[in-house]
Amino acid sequence: MNRLIFLLTLSLICCSTAEQKAPLPVKTGPTPMTWTKPAGFPDPVYDLSRNPLTEEGVQLGKFLFYDGILSRTNLVGCGTCHQQAAAFTHHGHELSHGVDDRLGVRNSPAIQNMAWNTSFFWDGGVHDMDLVPFNPIENPVEMDQKVVNVLDKLRNTPSPTAKIPVNYPQMFKAAFGTDEINSERMMKALSQFMMTMISATSRYDYYRAGDANALTAQEKQGLVLFQKNCSSCHQGVLFTDHSFRNNGLLPMRNNDQGRFAITGKPGDVYKFKVPSLRNVGLTAPYMHDGRYHTLEEVLDHYTDSVQKTPTLDTLLIQSSGTPGIALSGTEKQSLIAFLKTLSDEQFIRDSKFADPGIGTAF
Amino acid sequence: MKSINQYFATALAVCAVFLLFSCSTPVSPSPEPDAPAGGKLRLEFDNVVGDKNLVLGSVTYKNASNEDFVVTKFNYFISNVKLTKADGSIFVVPQDSSYFLVKEDTKTSQFVTLNNVPFADYTAAEFMVGVDSTRNTAPIEKRQGVLDPSGSMMDDGMYWAWNSGYIFVKLEGTSSKGNPVNGKFYYHIGLFGGYNERTVNNTRVVKMSFGQLKASVTESAVPEVHLLVDVLKVFDGPSTNISIAAYNSIMGGQPDKSQQIASNYVNMFSLDHIH
Repeated sequence: MNRLIFLLTLSLICCSTAEQKAPLPVKTGPTPMTWTKPAGFPDPVYDLSRNPLTEEGVQLGKFLFYDGILSRTNLVGCGTCHQQAAAFTHHGHELSHGVDDRLGVRNSPAIQNMAWNTSFFWDGGVHDMDLVPFNPIENPVEMDQKVVNVLDKLRNTPSPTAKIPVNYPQMFKAAFGTDEINSERMMKALSQFMMTMISATSRYDYYRAGDANALTAQEKQGLVLFQKNCSSCHQGVLFTDHSFRNNGLLPMRNNDQGRFAITGKPGDVYKFKVPSLRNVGLTAPYMHDGRYHTLEEVLDHYTDSVQKTPTLDTLLIQSSGTPGIALSGTEKQSLIAFLKTLSDEQFIRDSKFADPGIGTAF
Repeated sequence: MKSINQYFATALAVCAVFLLFSCSTPVSPSPEPDAPAGGKLRLEFDNVVGDKNLVLGSVTYKNASNEDFVVTKFNYFISNVKLTKADGSIFVVPQDSSYFLVKEDTKTSQFVTLNNVPFADYTAAEFMVGVDSTRNTAPIEKRQGVLDPSGSMMDDGMYWAWNSGYIFVKLEGTSSKGNPVNGKFYYHIGLFGGYNERTVNNTRVVKMSFGQLKASVTESAVPEVHLLVDVLKVFDGPSTNISIAAYNSIMGGQPDKSQQIASNYVNMFSLDHIH
C-alpha cells in the first residue's frame, strides 16, 4: 500500500509537471479552409497537403493577384490581363499588353480550375502552379519585374504613395505565422487563391447534375454534336485532355511554334495546349493568338480552313483525307448554343474572386 | 478498497504513459556510418582562360576559332558532390547541402566548403555541372538559397520562368564577332531532360581523380582542392568548336547546340593542386 501511495505521488508530480508544460490557450494561427471538389470532377493535380488553404492565405493571394506592385511600373497586376467578367481572360484583346503597353505574343488564357492543370501556359512550359507567377512577372512584355524586387517592395509596405496602402508584412504574418516575405510564401498564397477559382456552376453543370430542363432542345442537340466531334480533345468535365495539338492554324508572322519551344521535338512544332471550353462564350477572342473574334469564326476554321501541315492532329483529318470537321450551318448553331451553356455566371460574379479594391485593370 | 486499488491502477497506468512519453528521450537512429561529426573540405573553382586568369570586362581573349572575346559574366551550378576515400568508399554530401552557384563576380562563391566531411584521406571528387532533374521539378519549398527561383538582388537569375528550369552555365561577353545590335554573345545553357516528356539533358557529371595527391580531412586540417575552370573549353571541345560569329546566342531554344556546349563544358575542370 505504501508503495502504491508513493507511486501515486510520483504520478501526481509527473502529471503536474506535464500540466505546466501544456501550451496556454493562445490565438491559433490562420483559419483552415476546406477545399471542396465539385461533384463529378476528378481529383485535383495540385498537392494541397503541401499548401493547405487558409482564409488568410487565400485573402493574401487575392491581394497579390490584383496588386500592380507585382510589375515594374506598379500598374500591371495579374488581374489586368485576367479579368473576372471575362472568366479571367483579357476580353477583347487578341494579344495582351503589359507594362508600357508592350504587346505579348499570345492570348491570355482563362484562370479557372487551375487545380486540375497538369501544365500551364499555351506551351506547357511550367508544370507546377507555384512556379506559374514567375513567368508573367519576369516576362519583359508582361510585368517586366524580377520577383526578388517584388519581394522587396512587399516588405516595404505599407507604402504612403500607393493608391491603397496594403500592409503586406501583416498579411503574410496572418497567413503564415510570421511576417517573413519570401518567394515560397508569395507563390503559395497566389496558388491558394487560384485553387479557389473553380468554375463548376454553369447551366451545363445543372444539366449534368440531373436537371433535364437546364438545357433547351437546341442546346441538347449541340451537346450530342459536341460529344461526337469535339470531346476527344475537349474531354470530360474540364473540357480538355491537357494535351498539346496542332489544330491547323496557319502560322502568323512571328511563326510561333508553340510546344516545340519547350521540348525541342520536331513533332511538337505548332502544337498548343487544348484549352478548356468552360466559359468559352465569355472569353473571346480565341486561339493562342486571339485571331478569331467569335465562336462562329472558330467553327468556320474547323470546317473550312484547317491547314494540313506535318504535325496536324490526326483527329482533324477526315476518313476521306480532307482536313477539318464536317458540320452544317445548323449544326454549328446548335454547337454554339451548347458552348454558351458552359458560361458560369456565378463564377464571374462571385465577390470572393473580385478585386478587393487595389486593382489597376485597364 | 478494491475501488481504491482500481484508482491506483489507473493512476499507475497514466503515470507510466506519462513517464514513457515525457521522460524518455526519443530513440535516436543509429549514427550514420558515413557522417560522424566530421571536418571540412574546400573545393576552389578558379576560373581561367587558357593559361591566363579570367578577368571580367576588360581582358580580351581568343578562342580556337580565332575570335576575340571579353567575358562579362560567368556563372555555373555545381551540385551532387561525392568524395572518394583512399579505401575506395564514397562520401556523398547530403542532398539538401549539395547545391552551389559559382559566380566569377563573387569571390566567396568560388570557394565551396563541404561540412561534416568524415575524417579520411580523399583521392577523388565527383560533381554535377547543373541541377539534377529531381530538384528541377521539386516543389517550391525545396528550392531555397541559390535554388530560389527569384534569384538574389546581386545576380540576374539562373532560372527560366517560361520553360521552368535552372540555367546551368551562363557565359556572356562581347566580341567583334558578337551580335550586330550590341556586339554581345549570350550562352545560357540549361535543360534537365524534361518534366514528363524526354528533352535534351545538359547536366554533366565531372569525375576528378586527384592522381598522386590526396586531400586529408582531419580535426585540424581543412584541405583545399584547387580546380581550374577554363572558359576556353566552353567554346572549344573535343568534337565541336563553338564560333561566336556563327552562334552569338545559344539558350533554351537551340537544344542541339546547347548540348554541344554541355559536352564541351564537362571538360573545363582540371586539378591544379591541393593544399
